[in-house]
Order: sequence, then C-alpha cells, then structure tokens
Amino acid sequence: MRIPCPYCGERDAHEFSYLGDATPARPDPAAPDAQDRFFDYVYLRDNPAGAHQEWWYHAYGCRQWVQVERNTLTHAVAGARLARDARDAAGDAAGNVPGDAS
Amino acid sequence: MSRLAKGGLIDRARSLAFTFDGRSYGGHAGDTLASALLANDVRLVGRSFKYHRPRGIVSAGAEEPNALVELRAGARREPNTRATVAELFDGLDAQSQNRWPSLDLDLLSVNQLLSPFLGAGFYYKTFMWPAAFWEKVYEPIIRRAAGLGRMAEAADPDHYEKASTFCDVLVIGAGPAGLMAALAAGRAGARVILADEDFLTGGRLNAETREIDGKPAAEWAARVTAELASLPNVRLMTRTTVFGVYDSGTYGALERVADHLPVPPPFQPRQRLWRIHARRAVLAAGATERPVVFGGNDRPGVMLAGAVRTYVNRFAVAPGRRVAVFATNDDAWRGALDIKAAGIEVAAIIDVRRAVAASLVQQAKAEGIRTLLDGRVTATHGKLLTAIDIVADGRPERIAVDTLAVSGGWSPNVHLTCHHGGKPAWNGAIAAFVPGTVPPLLAVAGAASGAFTLGSALTDGAAQGAEAAEALGFPVPLPDVPAVAEESVAIAPFWHVADSRGPAFVDLQNDVTAKDISIAHKEGFRSVEHLKRYTTLGMATDQGRTSNVTGLAIMASLTGASIPETGTTIFRPPYTPVSLGALGGHHRGKDFRAVRLTPTHEWAKARGAVFIETGAWLRAQYFPRPGETDWLESVNREVKAVRASVGLIDVSTFGKIDLQGPDVGTLLDRVYINTFSTLAIGKARYGVMLREDGLVMDDGTTARLAPEHYVMTTTTANAAKVYQHLEFCLQVLWPDLDVAIASVSEQWAQIALAGPRARDVLARVVDAGVDVSHEGLPFMGAMEGSVLGGVKARLFRLSFSGELGFEIAVPARHGAELAQALMNAGETFGITPYGIEALGVMRIEKGHVSGNELSGQTTARDLGFGRMASTKKDYIGRVMAGRPGLVDPQRPAFVGFKPVDPSQRLRAGAHFLKIGAAASLENDEGYMTSVAHSPHLGHWIGLGLLQRGPERIGERVRAYDPVRGGDIEVEICAPGFIDPEGERLRG
Repeated sequence: MRIPCPYCGERDAHEFSYLGDATPARPDPAAPDAQDRFFDYVYLRDNPAGAHQEWWYHAYGCRQWVQVERNTLTHAVAGARLARDARDAAGDAAGNVPGDAS
Repeated sequence: MSRLAKGGLIDRARSLAFTFDGRSYGGHAGDTLASALLANDVRLVGRSFKYHRPRGIVSAGAEEPNALVELRAGARREPNTRATVAELFDGLDAQSQNRWPSLDLDLLSVNQLLSPFLGAGFYYKTFMWPAAFWEKVYEPIIRRAAGLGRMAEAADPDHYEKASTFCDVLVIGAGPAGLMAALAAGRAGARVILADEDFLTGGRLNAETREIDGKPAAEWAARVTAELASLPNVRLMTRTTVFGVYDSGTYGALERVADHLPVPPPFQPRQRLWRIHARRAVLAAGATERPVVFGGNDRPGVMLAGAVRTYVNRFAVAPGRRVAVFATNDDAWRGALDIKAAGIEVAAIIDVRRAVAASLVQQAKAEGIRTLLDGRVTATHGKLLTAIDIVADGRPERIAVDTLAVSGGWSPNVHLTCHHGGKPAWNGAIAAFVPGTVPPLLAVAGAASGAFTLGSALTDGAAQGAEAAEALGFPVPLPDVPAVAEESVAIAPFWHVADSRGPAFVDLQNDVTAKDISIAHKEGFRSVEHLKRYTTLGMATDQGRTSNVTGLAIMASLTGASIPETGTTIFRPPYTPVSLGALGGHHRGKDFRAVRLTPTHEWAKARGAVFIETGAWLRAQYFPRPGETDWLESVNREVKAVRASVGLIDVSTFGKIDLQGPDVGTLLDRVYINTFSTLAIGKARYGVMLREDGLVMDDGTTARLAPEHYVMTTTTANAAKVYQHLEFCLQVLWPDLDVAIASVSEQWAQIALAGPRARDVLARVVDAGVDVSHEGLPFMGAMEGSVLGGVKARLFRLSFSGELGFEIAVPARHGAELAQALMNAGETFGITPYGIEALGVMRIEKGHVSGNELSGQTTARDLGFGRMASTKKDYIGRVMAGRPGLVDPQRPAFVGFKPVDPSQRLRAGAHFLKIGAAASLENDEGYMTSVAHSPHLGHWIGLGLLQRGPERIGERVRAYDPVRGGDIEVEICAPGFIDPEGERLRG
C-alpha cells in the first residue's frame, strides 16, 4: 500500500505505523461523566466496511501524524492530510485542554 | 537421441553436460532440463504424489504438474522444481523424487492397489480412529509415502536480495501482446519494465511456426526485443516472474539471477525479490493449455499438444517417433502440422468435433495425416505409452503411438487479475474463463484477455500499451501493427471421455481423478470450494493450472448446471512458488534485524566484554576477568566494586528527547503524572507517564536546562514509542502547544559513573571551572559544561544504583574517549566497568522498577507511585486510572522479597500463595517480577507484585514455581534492600 504523505509525497506503507480510527476526540476530562466518555474514547471503535479516517505516523520519514482516508475493503487511499491541518479543517476543539473545565 | 537435425532456438555450438538420477546426459544452451531429458529419450521423470504412478513430462512451462525434480546437491539442493522451467546449465545435477528405491522400480506404487481407500476425502474417512494412532502411525506413514522432494539439510550458502523499483508502465509477459505493449509505451517515452518468467522473450512465438511481416515470428520477437533493449527508458527483466498484485500499484516479482548457473557469480545473489511500483500495468501473461480427461491419460507419453509443439519448434526435440493428436480445437491441428513438418510421423488427428474447418482437414490430408472426426481416446497402453484405443465415428481402433498430444483448449492466465478479489467470467465462445473485475490501473492484453489469435494479440497489446502511456501523459501514435495471417480458433467444449477405461486423472499433481469428483458429487461436496477442499483438486503447487477448469466442468456435467453457474475458484499470490530464501532476503541469522551498537562498543569489546541483545541494541552484559569462570562471579565483583569505590557503564541506549519552546512545561505536565512545569532550571526529576487507559507506559528522568529547554530520558525499550506518543500529543491532541521536539538518542553518548568515589573521578575529567561539588551539582542536579578539554557535556547527578552517581553526556563521537578518560582518572580508585547485569542487580537491591515491572499491566499505584500523581492537574491516563478495577486495594502491589532460608534461590515468575493454600488460580496472590543475587546481602532477593503487599511487610508467603519445580517460603519486605534512607546517593 502507498500513502500520499502531505509532507514527503507518496511513500510505502512500511514507512508508517498505524494507530487506528482518527475520528474519536479526547473528551473533556472535567466532564461529570468523564470516565464513561474516556472509556468510549479509549476502547470503542467502529469497524466500517468502506471509507475510514485513520491515523498513520510517518515514523521512517517526516515524523508527522497523517490523517488518511482509506477504504477498508479495497485499501484505496482517497486522501491524506497532516494532523494539524485536519484539526484546523474540522474546526473543533477536539483536543481538550486538561483542567479546562469549560 | 531425439534431437532434430535442424531448427530450434538452442545453441548447438554450446554443449552442456548434466546428470539425472546419477546418469550423465548432454544438452545445449537454450535447453530446459525437460527439453534436454526428452532429447535424451528420458520419458519417465517422476512418480505421482499419492499412487506413485509413473509419470512423464506433460507441459513445457510453469503449469507442469508431473516433472518435479530436485535440483543440485548438498546445501543447494532444491526440491519440487519444475523441469520444464529449469534452465539447463553445465554440471546440473537433477534427481527424481517421490520414489523408492528407484524411479523405475518404485515399491510404493503398491499404493495403486490401495486406491479404493485413498480416494476423495480419504483423510476424513480412513484414519479417524483410534485417535492416538494419528500422530504415531498414520501421519508418519502418510508423510513418507506421499511426499515430494527432500529439503537441503544444510543452510543455503547463497544470498538473496530484496529491491524496489518504480516505473510508469509494467508489462507482464513478453509474448506478442507484451512486446507490442512495451514497444508502444516505450516509444512514447514512458518508463517501462517488461518482465517475463522465461529466459527468452517471445512467448508462444518461439513455440510456433508463424510469420510476422513475412519473417519467422521468433525473428520478429528478437528484433523488437533488441529495440526495447536500446531504449534507455525501458528495462527488460527476463527470468523474472511477476507473482502478485498488491495495493496501490505494487507488484511482487522474483528475478532468478543465478538459478541458471551452477553457483552465483561473486557478489551476486541467487534470486532477487522485487517490489515494483507501477503507475499502470499491462498483463500479457498469455494462456495455458488444458488437457482432456480420459482413462490412462497420465501415462508417460501423453502430453499437451502445445507442449509437443514447443519441444519440436523451440528446442528441436522430438518427444516421440510416432505421434497422435487428440483435439477439441483448431489450434491443435496447426500443432500437428508443425510436428509433421519437423519430420515426425503423425499417425492421426482425433478430434471430438463432427465438423472441422475444411482448410485444416485438407492441409492435414495433404500431409498424409489421418483425420478422425467425432473421435475419442478411450484407453492407453504400455508403461511408457505404446498404443491408444480410440473410437471415431462409432468405430473402435487401436493405434500404435509413443506420444499422444492432447488439447482441450486454452485457458487465459487470469491469475494476477484475481489478486484483488476479482472473479473470472466465463466466455462460452472460447470455452474459457476470462478476466472479470481486474485490479485498478491494470489492463489485460492478448491471450490473457481471451484474444487468442496472433493478430488480435499484437493489435490489443499495442493498444493497451499506448493507452497506459497516454493516460500518464505520454501521447504517442499507435505503433504500426505488423501483418500476420488470420488463423481460426474454433473450439468445442469437451472435457471428459466418460466411457474410457482406467483411472482418468483431472489433477495430475495431486492424483485427483474424475471418479473422485463424482464421489464428491455423491457425498454432497458440490460447490467449487467444497470440491476443491474435499478432493484437493487444484491445491498442489501448480495451483491447478491444467486441472481447475476441467474439474469444475466435470462437476457441472454431474449437477446439470452450466459452468458459469458452477463458478470458479480464484487465484491468490504467488503466481508460481517463491522461495522462502527470497522472501527473507538478507534478513537471516545474525542479520535478521539491524543491530545498534553503543558509542563505547569497540572500547568495551577490547576490554573483553560479553555482549547481550537488548531489543535492537547490543550491550555489555559483564566484563569477565581472567580466572573468572562463572558470570555471577564477574557480576558480584562488579557490584561490590561500585558499592565500595566506583564503576562506570554506558547508558547511551536510553531514549533521549530534546524539548524546546514556551509550552514544554505544560506538555510535560500533561504526559507525566507528576509536575514538571515547576521544575527548577538546573534540576532533574523522575517522572512516570501513563497510557490513556491508565496503565504505566514509561518512566525516566527529565531535566530542565533552560527556561524553555528540557531533556527527557526514556527507557531503552520505549524510546521510539514515547517519542511517537509525544508527537501525537503535539500534533493531534494539542496542536496549540508551542513545543518542538527532536530525538537525540543517537547524538549523545551517556556514561553513568557510580560509587562513593564517583565525584573524585568526575572532578578529574571536567574542565576547569566546572563545579561538580555537592554544592555545584547537588542531588538531582543537571548542568551543561565541558570535559576532556573543550568537549561540550551535560552533567546530571542521578543514581539508578543507589550510590553517589553521575551521568555524563557528550557528543556520541566522544563516547569511547570519555569512557577511557574516566578509566584513567579512576585508576587509583580501582574503577571498574560494569555491564547491565550488575546494573540490574543494583537496581533490584535499591528497589527501583524496570522493564519487568513496567509490563503494560501495572498502574502507578501498583508500583508505589500513587502519591507521586498530582491531584492539581489533568494528565494522560488520569481519568482511566481512576476506574474501580485499577484502584482496587486487592490489586497486587510492588514489594520486596527475601528467602526465609537464605541459601535458597529465588526465581522470577514464581507465583505467590498463602502458606498452606492449594496451588490454584483462585489462590494466586501475585508473582515475582525480578530477582538477583545480592552480593551486598549475600543471598537472593526479589521484587514482585503481591495483593496488599505493602500492608504485609514481615509476613511470609509461598513462592511457587511449578515450571522449574520451585516451592519455597519468602518473607515480604520493603522494596529497598540497601540504604533505604538514601544517604549514599545524597552524599
């Protein structure tokens, strides 16, 4: 499989390490039901047959975390962007600041 | 000799000698082992897998089911090699296999008498009981009787290589379609790779007597090949099999660099495994002929018609003196004419059809060949074929022949199109499966797509090659397609002579007969997948190339369903077998994976260090001195020397991460359970980090060198993991944090200096003005300075051993120099280099956790770090660490152990039980994680995890170790066996 790293260009998947689903966001640790939310965040994953947003780390390259859209049925890669850009585009406050109880 | 007087693409000027089963023969350059054997009239080449029936060469290519041989001898012996693709070389030593005592007299052919018991599903029916018999009796017998060749008994002396390459257009197969495709794309300027498994390009053109542009087709192939070779953007890869289609246009290929030579040339591998990244690919893999099934069809002398034609035309070999052709299609008639033209007698063409194109019949008759339409072969005779029985137009007849050339039509080589799950589709017009859904960016051309005429192969190849190039931005006019005469390719679907006599083999390699298929049908194993697994049809190393379609056609006739309704199995990689040597490449033995050496490796080696692998690292385990016979003796000496005076060890393997920026403190507070933002400049602190699930990930010390500059150390094992984790935090979780990090593990050599004399030694290597006194560098202090006269250094006052300790980091290139300087400076104190065994003993004596305790299953609380965790901030893992199961007071927690009888040895892995409790899972209270012999205390000590351990200091438990027969009483103690107050390290 080949992954189009936004920084390095198209590279073999062997250069990357895989983390998994890129959609769960770290919950607010100050929420009253934080433990339940973290349980979902750490353990619960969908297993879609088809398009999947996932984290790949370009360990043997630029060391950037890349969000890749991969089809789990065909391994076709529809796109990839740097994690930072993905967060900007999503426009969410997914990366909750610890201790910020807002 | 059966070598024809003229013709062929062999080099008659170059004679090659070879042996088969110990007898010497001769061949020529350009021969395969199979063609050379036939040229020497060797017609019996193997025994069949199950029934040990005598077998001869059937094909002239990769589809060969019978002629499997062992090539070479000794460490290079290679079993199950197809003689039909083994290129002949001078001195080749080949052996037949699966026979005893000899090929001619094989005692295990008695299996034929047992055939009623060895039919389809015999594994499931015959050897069921008693169960104990399976391992001791049945399996050894079956393994000896049914087997293929013998492996080499010594390590392969050759090298294997792996390589990657890129191209615009990969053309798979260098027959007429492939050559045209490569020519079109190559002339357009695309980077082209043309790969073919054969050592000669041209494919079927070399096997037939066709003309292209009025010249012999093989000449045309040679001319096109020469043009391709002259193009700088085209790479010709012969002897290279593209065996798999993987994701994103990646193809696996095996190049047989030196299989055609006695031994590889110097510095050359035997084989090379290629990963080819192609933007487009054209599959021009041709087609494989399939036989017709009839009684006695496995007798040596029964061959595929196209193979007979190949031996005659390409290798100038007459496989027999008197040949009959049994056909279902027009192509076989042209084969018969070729055979006749070479001067070999063709007794008859027996065709299953009632009507055949008049032009073919006329040509055959003009050559004096009998044509028997509406014919069947019903039996064969002789150990090697001597005669066949036929019925034609209702009249039986016996014809004396020594060779029967059979053709049931051609099956496109769709294998690679199936590698992404594509299912072939049935094409009734050519009675064959053609590619269905194909992998993305791959086009199929020529016979592989079902375009069987030469003209269509050339046109199709040119079109697909040009289209692939054009799609990539290399526009080009189509190359002129050379002129060829149009041939007829009519065929009648015909698979099985049902009323023939004798066992009728469908799969020759696995000995599956037509009767086996009817058994499977009767017993309900009717779907193709069941048929395959129940009878083993198509499951041999040839993947059923010559048998799959016939087998399922016979099943279709039994069920009354059509072939497309019956379906087909699909093919998986590899297309042909790939040796494990090639898949392993250089990664074997000591080179299985890369080895990392510490900066002081050579220095330690010169001092006689014994090394041990720790992860990828090779580290000094201990430094034996002359006279020391036992590793423990050396380790005890090293530990005592450190505790009494001073010692040093290379700790460069720890992960070192440089962190800079205004938000480093914030980041560290979020990844460690304790606080680092408040750490004073010039100080270091021990930290523990968790995974988000609340379990401990890693530990280490992190120092603050400047307001916005920290240096983190990680454990050796987790260096890469922690770095990746920090990048995840910075890029994914909190991209707003202004922090830059870099791994500097390789850049800094780090040496730990420990013992009461450590400061005295250190003071002698630091440069003037660097104050390492207790005031200048207090416990847990960190500073930048210089050593050895101007070498920049980072100095830390840390201790893993429990003694006064320092860690000195210098640029890696100065590591060995620093070690030697410390040795010189410490000479008067008897400074002792120590290895990781002594390091381990001292950390256990001191009660520090290490890899055995950071097992990925322990919490900070389990390890006694509960009070270290800050309650004033959030950090990764905090929420999940609060789960009831992880704060359960019953969880095993970290304590020390000593044997009640000091003479007894402790064992890591022993489980704890209450005294008197039965050894059961319910009574299990935890286990011993680390043990060492303490030279300081003079007995074994241990660390471990025990339920409510810290509350049970002084209590005794059983340390139960059934694996090694250990069962002793131990006393629970605090996990610090030496200097529990820490006076030494603060001194």
